[in-house]
Amino acid sequence: MQRYSGFGLAKHALSHHENWERQWRNPTPKKQYDVIIVGGGGHGLATAYYLAKEHGIKNVAVLEKGWLGGGNTARNTTIVRSNYLWDESAALYEHAMKLWEGLSQDLNYNVMFSQRGVMNLGHTLQDMRDIQRRVNANRLNGIDSEVLTPEQIQEIVPIMDCSKNARYPILGASWQPRAGVARHDAVAWGFARAADALGVDLLQNTEVTGFKIRDGRVFGVHTNRGDIEAKTVGCVAAGNSGVLAKMAGFRLPLESHPLQALVSEPLKPILDTVVMSNHVHGYISQTDKGDLVIGAGIDGYNGYGQRGSYPTVEHTLQAIVEMFPIFSRVRMNRQWGGIVDTCPDACPILSATPVKGLYFNCGWGTGGFKATPGSGHVFAWTLAKNQAHPLAAPFSIDRFHSGALVDEHGAAGVAH
Amino acid sequence: MFHIYCPYCEELREEEEFHPKGQAHIERPKDPEACSDEEWGDYLFFRDNPRGIHHELWVHAVGCRKFFNATRNTVTYEILETYKMGEQPTITAESLANREALGSVQVAGGGQQTVGASNASVASVKGVKA
Repeated sequence: MQRYSGFGLAKHALSHHENWERQWRNPTPKKQYDVIIVGGGGHGLATAYYLAKEHGIKNVAVLEKGWLGGGNTARNTTIVRSNYLWDESAALYEHAMKLWEGLSQDLNYNVMFSQRGVMNLGHTLQDMRDIQRRVNANRLNGIDSEVLTPEQIQEIVPIMDCSKNARYPILGASWQPRAGVARHDAVAWGFARAADALGVDLLQNTEVTGFKIRDGRVFGVHTNRGDIEAKTVGCVAAGNSGVLAKMAGFRLPLESHPLQALVSEPLKPILDTVVMSNHVHGYISQTDKGDLVIGAGIDGYNGYGQRGSYPTVEHTLQAIVEMFPIFSRVRMNRQWGGIVDTCPDACPILSATPVKGLYFNCGWGTGGFKATPGSGHVFAWTLAKNQAHPLAAPFSIDRFHSGALVDEHGAAGVAH
Repeated sequence: MFHIYCPYCEELREEEEFHPKGQAHIERPKDPEACSDEEWGDYLFFRDNPRGIHHELWVHAVGCRKFFNATRNTVTYEILETYKMGEQPTITAESLANREALGSVQVAGGGQQTVGASNASVASVKGVKA
């Protein structure tokens, strides 16, 4: 792998940047691997990377039916935070946050992780009670978190309408300064390049059409490019997890919904943090390019078409314009949807399955991007050792039968 | 924007009048106390999540406020029929596959924006068993 550096940039400038080597190979599938990862998004690529780096398992294939990072990795609103309520989820997301903080150096790839802070607004007394409870829980778990007054909010975001005359007056907010945003595509590409350099085969346009199962044990997959064998298979397929589970002969407690986002035309820098509101259901940040990135809610119905409905867009923009009257005449450039696999308790599933050797990492719902490195890290551990990583153990699929749910609807909320 | 035919109002109304309420035809166990943890967990949390034909419950929330059922394609989003509570669907994934095999009906497979959708997944959308 050609390492990226300032010196390298200067050197390549001399040859007009025409001689950069490809970031990853495009190999033909081998007949057999030690581990197969189904799904070449951020989580799948991170899993492959940590398998190779931390566990020395380099005979790994990542099977992707489209192109790398072309699903929800390319469609999310790039927010990273770890202010979750319960110990189990706070530990998992904080694990990810710590990996984020060194990720660019680790991957030798600038993922543009910018810790610009994330603010969750409260508009009612109950909102404020929930915020105070969550902030206290965060602090007990060693996560930076504080409660802001409307005056402090106004100081951080001068363009927001914090007056008492707003339709839903802002009473306060929770604030995580270490949270922020990262460049979503760079995360997928960085993990892909680093995994490829360690010997992982990234197989694009390779769709899994079935599993090879004998005596309750998986030993490979059928794909549109022929059969590939492996004793361990990890599925990291987000919205399509349920379809894969059906192929393997069991059900998951997931429902797939369209989740939308939209970006505006590029503007000069005007918003240097992330603002989200569960109550009015909208959230917004500004990219380095200048676009406002706005996230909408999910459509309530099940759907696999990667698009959403217009009423949802309208509701979100109403909320944004109410909070930021200055944006009322900003034009929107693009709008799209991704398919999120939502769990009844708004927490992921990182689990063994009824089929031996087959593991699922799914159910991240509306907020998987922030967990990308942490999810890959603990899932790689789980695949390598054939037992759940301590941080993954509470997220076993058994919880839907034992009743030990991790209810994160409040912290997951609108904030993705 | 969906235009949904409410079988009680007998009119096509706009999507915003309705709320989706998840999978239809789920029967509450007759004796919950007698359920094993598996049965009760399955009843509470496990849902069909098909890529294709789905029978679901909707409520005409700001209309007649009645619940009814709809059969909808989860990829094309086409609503194939709506029917009252207590009734059974006339269109199912199996019946569509049969009718298409006979050549009497063509199921819309268009309008997909799925990354890398293959013939196999298009077939599954049409309700064909792979």
